[in-house]
Amino acid sequence: MTYSGGRMLLSSQREGQVSRFRVWVTILVPLLAILFQIYVPLFFPVLNFLEMPLLVVVYLALMRRNPVSGLLMGAAVGLAQDSWSKNPLGMFGITKTLVGYFAASVGMKLDVDNVLMRFILAYFFYVFHQAFYWVMERALLSHMSPFDITGWLGLGVLNALVGVGLFHFLDKLRVTA
Amino acid sequence: MESFLNRYKNITVLLLVIFAQLLLLAVQVKNEQDVRFIRVWAVTAVSPFARLVEGVRGAGFSFVRNYITLHDADAENRRLKADNAQLKLDKVFLENQLNTADRAKALELFQQQTKSKTIAATVISMGLGSSRKSVYLDRGSVAGVMREMAVLTPDGIVGKVTDVYPTASEVLLITDPTFAAGVVTGKGHVHGTLKGTGTPLCKVDFVAFEDKVEPGDLFYTSGDDRIFPRGLPVGVVKSVHPAQPYKEITLDPSGMSHGGLEDVLIVVEGVHQEIPDTPPPNQQVYLGPPLPPAAPVPGALTNPDGTPIPDPAHPTPGTEADRVHTLYQKSAEGSGVVLGGGPTGLTWTPKPPDFTKLPVDPRSANPGRGTPAAAPPPRKSTAPAPETKGTGSQELKPDAVRHANQAAGPGGGHNLP
Repeated sequence: MTYSGGRMLLSSQREGQVSRFRVWVTILVPLLAILFQIYVPLFFPVLNFLEMPLLVVVYLALMRRNPVSGLLMGAAVGLAQDSWSKNPLGMFGITKTLVGYFAASVGMKLDVDNVLMRFILAYFFYVFHQAFYWVMERALLSHMSPFDITGWLGLGVLNALVGVGLFHFLDKLRVTA
Repeated sequence: MESFLNRYKNITVLLLVIFAQLLLLAVQVKNEQDVRFIRVWAVTAVSPFARLVEGVRGAGFSFVRNYITLHDADAENRRLKADNAQLKLDKVFLENQLNTADRAKALELFQQQTKSKTIAATVISMGLGSSRKSVYLDRGSVAGVMREMAVLTPDGIVGKVTDVYPTASEVLLITDPTFAAGVVTGKGHVHGTLKGTGTPLCKVDFVAFEDKVEPGDLFYTSGDDRIFPRGLPVGVVKSVHPAQPYKEITLDPSGMSHGGLEDVLIVVEGVHQEIPDTPPPNQQVYLGPPLPPAAPVPGALTNPDGTPIPDPAHPTPGTEADRVHTLYQKSAEGSGVVLGGGPTGLTWTPKPPDFTKLPVDPRSANPGRGTPAAAPPPRKSTAPAPETKGTGSQELKPDAVRHANQAAGPGGGHNLP
């Protein structure tokens, strides 16, 4: 099975191959990502910028190319992340639901095996995730947090770089035909 | 429908999941007023529909009530008409109450102004009989009312008490044909006798042809009758017809001119007062202060009690009885008889006076006036003579004076005021 060719756009949906994962992978990987997001920054604050659950949701949605499964995966990961945080339930849930839906929708049109495409998508969805969460905070929680677009753009690059490596690692967990 | 759901399955599931999580958020999050968003959103979402439903319901009920079922309007119209009629009745009743209060106030004011002692009474019924003009008052002998007491209102005299019962009394009105009272005009001091005619108008008799009385002149009580104190208004001359030997004068009694007779005053102790020369404005009754006692003239004749006897040479105002009394007193001087000096009014001496040789009254010596006894009474009395009792008071106690006069007989020891 070959990955990433010279094209980024698929001529038809048939060209895109739906990746399959074992059940324990779809459960354990997001769970580990959430645990990483919760505990690792406690010991390594410098890694606080990483949004591992978001990267996992983007990867699984892109690879499975199913919007429903993508939004459900995003909702489940987001609600689990909310339950371990101080946020009201639904803040990360709604945001990651939209990310999973859009990622799955985009994955049907793009060659998600391309490294550059993965970098761009990881970067875009990180910025989208941060911006939408900022909107949710202002609208629902009345938290006047700053609109740090430059910080989001900069951290988006770092997350995209980490995401490309993570995606390469997660590719090894796919079920081969 | 199935194809529609299949076509939009992804977006439908997305919206459902987003909506479910929004509800979850709304349950947890509160707004600035510490109200959960789920409540705010629910109320905000429901209130427009509730307002719309309520508007439709209110408009429907209003339309049905105002345009479809009008039976309430008819019933309400009848009720309002009944209320209006009741309010009109209440208004009339209150106006009557106000008029009664005004009359009571006028009586109270008149009682305060007049020197005569009066008691208020209310007319309780009209007298029986078609020709007799009388009324019954709610005051009787228990209240101190006696026969022949004057009855009046602030506008004028009304009548006199003819019968007294314990709790009521009958008053003969001045319009009764049998009624009579001495009256005098205010302008020319022309004396006459008021008589009833059985009609609302009265007449004044015994006014000589040459006396000047004109329509509009006011008549007052003269006090000659010993019933009505002098100076009370009687009425206004309505018409004057020349006749021989007396004028035919029609009088409109002022005491009975203001509507029905309801509240009156009974004079229990009369005080004579001035007769005004000019009619008071608005026909109101003015009662002046009581007359001061006349100062004695040096050398003038006096009664045994010290009161002066009018000198014929310097005639003082008074009634004809005063002048007759003076003439007789002068005639009796030589015999030592003092008229009115004894307890019975006359003290006889062994030589009785000769009353056939009376002195000549200088006022009756005018040609064409006849004998002194036949002399006409003076038409003008500028000042009343003081009472011979020497009390200096102008008050008359009608019953006591009458009884004394009856006991003294003719020419009794009281000068007429």
